[in-house]
Amino acid sequence: MRSRLHHRLIAVGKRLGITGRGLAIAVPYAWLAAFFLVPFAIVLKLSFSEVVIAIPPYLPLFEWGEDGSFTVNARLDNYITLFTDDLYWRSYLGSLKIAAISTAVALLIGYPIAYGMSRAPAAWRPVLVVLVILPFWTSFLIRVYALIGILKKEGLLNLALTSLGLIREPLTILNTDIAIYIGIVYSYLPFVVLPIYASLERFDLTLLEAAADLGCRPTRAFWTITLPLSLPGVAAAALLIFIPAVGEFVIPDLLGGSETLMIGKTLWSEFFNNRDWPVASAVAIALLVLLVAPIVYFQRLQAKVAHGERW
Amino acid sequence: MQHGLSRFNVVSLTLGIAFLYTPIALLVLFSFNESRLVTVWAGFSTKWYAQLLRNEGLMNAAWVSLQVAFVSSTIATVLGTLAGVVLARFGRFPGRTLFSGLIAAPIVMPEVITGLALLLTFVAISLDRGVLTVIVAHVTFSLCFVAIVVQSRLLAFDRSLEEAAMDLGCPPVRTFLTITLPLIMPAVAAGWLLAFTLSLDDLVIASFTSGPGATTLPMKIYSQVRLGVTPEINAISTIMIGIVAAALAIASLIGKRRMNAERSQ
Repeated sequence: MRSRLHHRLIAVGKRLGITGRGLAIAVPYAWLAAFFLVPFAIVLKLSFSEVVIAIPPYLPLFEWGEDGSFTVNARLDNYITLFTDDLYWRSYLGSLKIAAISTAVALLIGYPIAYGMSRAPAAWRPVLVVLVILPFWTSFLIRVYALIGILKKEGLLNLALTSLGLIREPLTILNTDIAIYIGIVYSYLPFVVLPIYASLERFDLTLLEAAADLGCRPTRAFWTITLPLSLPGVAAAALLIFIPAVGEFVIPDLLGGSETLMIGKTLWSEFFNNRDWPVASAVAIALLVLLVAPIVYFQRLQAKVAHGERW
Repeated sequence: MQHGLSRFNVVSLTLGIAFLYTPIALLVLFSFNESRLVTVWAGFSTKWYAQLLRNEGLMNAAWVSLQVAFVSSTIATVLGTLAGVVLARFGRFPGRTLFSGLIAAPIVMPEVITGLALLLTFVAISLDRGVLTVIVAHVTFSLCFVAIVVQSRLLAFDRSLEEAAMDLGCPPVRTFLTITLPLIMPAVAAGWLLAFTLSLDDLVIASFTSGPGATTLPMKIYSQVRLGVTPEINAISTIMIGIVAAALAIASLIGKRRMNAERSQ
């Protein structure tokens, strides 16, 4: 109570001049407004502009004529292109499909790892957590690069499989969708394991003891108690891989084939190869719209988990 | 509950850790390979490291990246620490919701969108693209990570020490410098390290916001990787992994020492 009053007094008193508190808020706020908020307004504006061959390669959206007239050159052309040209449709659907499959595979691989971690003796757990986090600190690009040497036709995986006699002909994995799935799952696995582990670790073990005392078999106890209680962690894990996977550029570009369409890659080539900045902006806005729902859902889930609520 | 690991637990843990580490281990191993081919082991050699040192393009890019990472992570740490303190300690103020949204958004935003948006901004204000614009871009996204790390450390402490200092007449800025900052120093250091590695790692945002003469290491590696796998890239990757591993080892040693010191007090 006292502290709140204190804070309010400071807030009122300091509104008149420059203060430490005011500066502490203003400096990071101004930076993010200038380099995050304004840029999005610019992308939005540009997505309604017309492309021209010039520097910069678009027409201004608003024009003040010399006679004082004001014209708005806003066009919906770029958005209409998104709907009519099936390149964009296929890119969006391709991104959603690849992100969804990768998420499912990552959960199937990540859950048993997280479960194993939560069952390990308490002294091992911090070590296991560090082992899972460490790869995240090594460069993303380097880890994707490492997969190329393993997955390519004359790569280490094919070498291992043929010398074990499991296959006769080397498999074509690199430059296919399968390589993208492997790349996404490999890169984001730590993000999947940790939230699931967090939800399994804080879990009340007496529930399982009670179930066992009442004659419930361990497998049944897992399906009826452990799994449902860990679902908030599973949902957080799914979103932590799904959201970045939809907009992923590096993995489909380096591991995928040329016919694989993903929206991040399409945006990149629209911008760098076709130099069509307005269409690239429209693609960015549409991608953002696609991601708003999962992002908002994720934020709400985080808030719930932070308050220790069950969903 | 039956503590201890079942056979299934052991197998999934072993396979999971192996999956995470095998590609990195192979990458490091083949950086010491005599042969150019990645699948044929032709004996131990450090010739790719020697060749790397003579590769001016890669060396220049590495130098640019280190400068960008150092400057951007330092600025991001200052701004991010302020933002973390604001979020954890300042209570309500006008525009707080937007502020916390601006901190959270860059973390989940696809890099292609952030990169495009920043580039268009630099074009709009006719700022020439180069090292400076890459630094600005890196500060923008990494300050959010620092803010989150600092905020969560602050939320773990109650305010009693800070309030005691203020009650005894210590001005807010001095309270921050003598009480709050030492308490959150481990988080600030971790935030700096995180910002540094994020900057060193970024390809997409740097590609959008960089200009001629400001090729960063990931941009250079990317353009070489597109042409094919070479042991030189393995060598520079191994060096980068080594640097990050050393930094993490030092950070955890310092952390342990602090903890022991706090315990013995």
